[in-house]
Amino acid sequence: MPHFTKPAEGSWTEHFGLATEPVSYDDSISPEHFELERDAIFRRTWLNVGRVEQLPRKGSYFTKELDAARTSVIIVRDKEGRIRAFHNICRHRGNKLVWNDYPKEETSGSCRQFTCKYHGWRYGLEGELTFVQQESEFFDLDKSDFGLAPITVDEWAGFIFVNFDREAQPLKEYMGRLGAGIEAYPFDKMTQVHKYRAEIGSNWKLFIDAFMEFYHAPVLHAKQATEEESRKLQGYGYEALAYDVDGPHAVVSSWGGMAPPKDLSMVKPIERVLRSGLFGVWDAPDIGELPEGLNPSGHPSWGEDSFLFFPNFMVLIWKPNWYLTYHYWPTSYNTHIFEGTLYFVPPANAYERLQQELAVVSFKEYGLQDGNTLEATQTMIESGAVTEFPLCDQEVMLRHLHRACREYVADHQQATPGTPVRVSAAS
Amino acid sequence: MPAFPDAYAELEPFADWALPSESDRYAKRLATPMSELQAFYDAVFPRLEDSTDYLKGVPLEGISEQDRNLVWLFASLVTVSFPVEVWRQPRVPDSGASSIDVVVEPGP
Repeated sequence: MPHFTKPAEGSWTEHFGLATEPVSYDDSISPEHFELERDAIFRRTWLNVGRVEQLPRKGSYFTKELDAARTSVIIVRDKEGRIRAFHNICRHRGNKLVWNDYPKEETSGSCRQFTCKYHGWRYGLEGELTFVQQESEFFDLDKSDFGLAPITVDEWAGFIFVNFDREAQPLKEYMGRLGAGIEAYPFDKMTQVHKYRAEIGSNWKLFIDAFMEFYHAPVLHAKQATEEESRKLQGYGYEALAYDVDGPHAVVSSWGGMAPPKDLSMVKPIERVLRSGLFGVWDAPDIGELPEGLNPSGHPSWGEDSFLFFPNFMVLIWKPNWYLTYHYWPTSYNTHIFEGTLYFVPPANAYERLQQELAVVSFKEYGLQDGNTLEATQTMIESGAVTEFPLCDQEVMLRHLHRACREYVADHQQATPGTPVRVSAAS
Repeated sequence: MPAFPDAYAELEPFADWALPSESDRYAKRLATPMSELQAFYDAVFPRLEDSTDYLKGVPLEGISEQDRNLVWLFASLVTVSFPVEVWRQPRVPDSGASSIDVVVEPGP
């Protein structure tokens, strides 16, 4: 007997028109399929690369390594205050333009122009080539033909996105109904940032799978709660308050009785003293009214919504007025870089700073368990020993994500007939 | 000069835990045996418990060096609370070789 109402069809899975039979993970274990995803997904959808607060003034810039799209990009605020994006490559001999010490490490800073380390070519903030070393040695070189290669860039709710498809639909339209529902959230008030990064030994979709279902939480993370509380949680299992999809995007809405808990004996001593934990700081800052897209079922026990904006950007908005983002950047068919970033209203005093620290460290302790489990999953599905896996109704968003990815690949193959399938050199 | 405000003089032996980066606090936790983590927790936890009002009265803007050290010491307590209160070992169980590293973090 479900604790929370399910749709009339009897299950979320059938409600969204998804099949109920066991699924295959052959889209997560093959280098060839990953090459298809790079072209069909990562070079054709809007990718979130950061937030406007990372570019506080004219000349502020940061770089982003986008291995999945086979490039590195520079995001910069130009002299007019507009945000621009360029491929991070010098037009002269192809050197990576902006990097420090290690070419593969991301960097950020502030400058008036970009200077190539190799032969000193310089580019203005609008991407124009402004200086060529020994220009007279070149043959009819017109500098206006050799500006940096631009990339389509746009903003949604202060998040900066790029798209490598010149004919991409506008970002606002791409974000759809789920994006519109939370666009008014005061993301700009939450400027206290803790960002984490991990190299994960699994296909990128498997980590999204792990964070778009909470069926695992009472078991994998059992020891995070007190023993008695943990037994109770496993007894209940997990049910979402609601699920929703719009195109390839999705949301899971969850209950959240832990911030603050009903009974202080449910939580650990450090949580009692700091009034904080995985669900956030119990004393929520005042951020005004919440947008309508949150808590879609209107349930009084609502605690958190996890939005997945296709393909790899998650926004988790928590009842105690903070948010978290996840990004999954594939580096091969069975590896990816995970980024988890926590955003809070800046703390006013030392106690509030420590309250936030406990939420941050709790996130890290859980994440370490999740990350390691993924590697264990990847190696075994690659073994091919078992090829079909049953998914329950609380894992509905996994079916939705894998279906969306397959559809993008199929559509792209149809739109570009005769395109040879790239075969990766990776083993 | 003592590391912490006068009222916290007895925590001086733990001054090497007043580390401003989460990655350093976590590395020190992993490198410290459980008996020492327990001793640190037993000494520092009661002081956090009785300091919540004091800490609420310490604005972060213009924070003194001693108060800043105290914040970092208590931040280490947050990290150490997991092995002591939950894991019974310095590492997160089942975390194997995986690591999650901080790349952006605020000051106190």
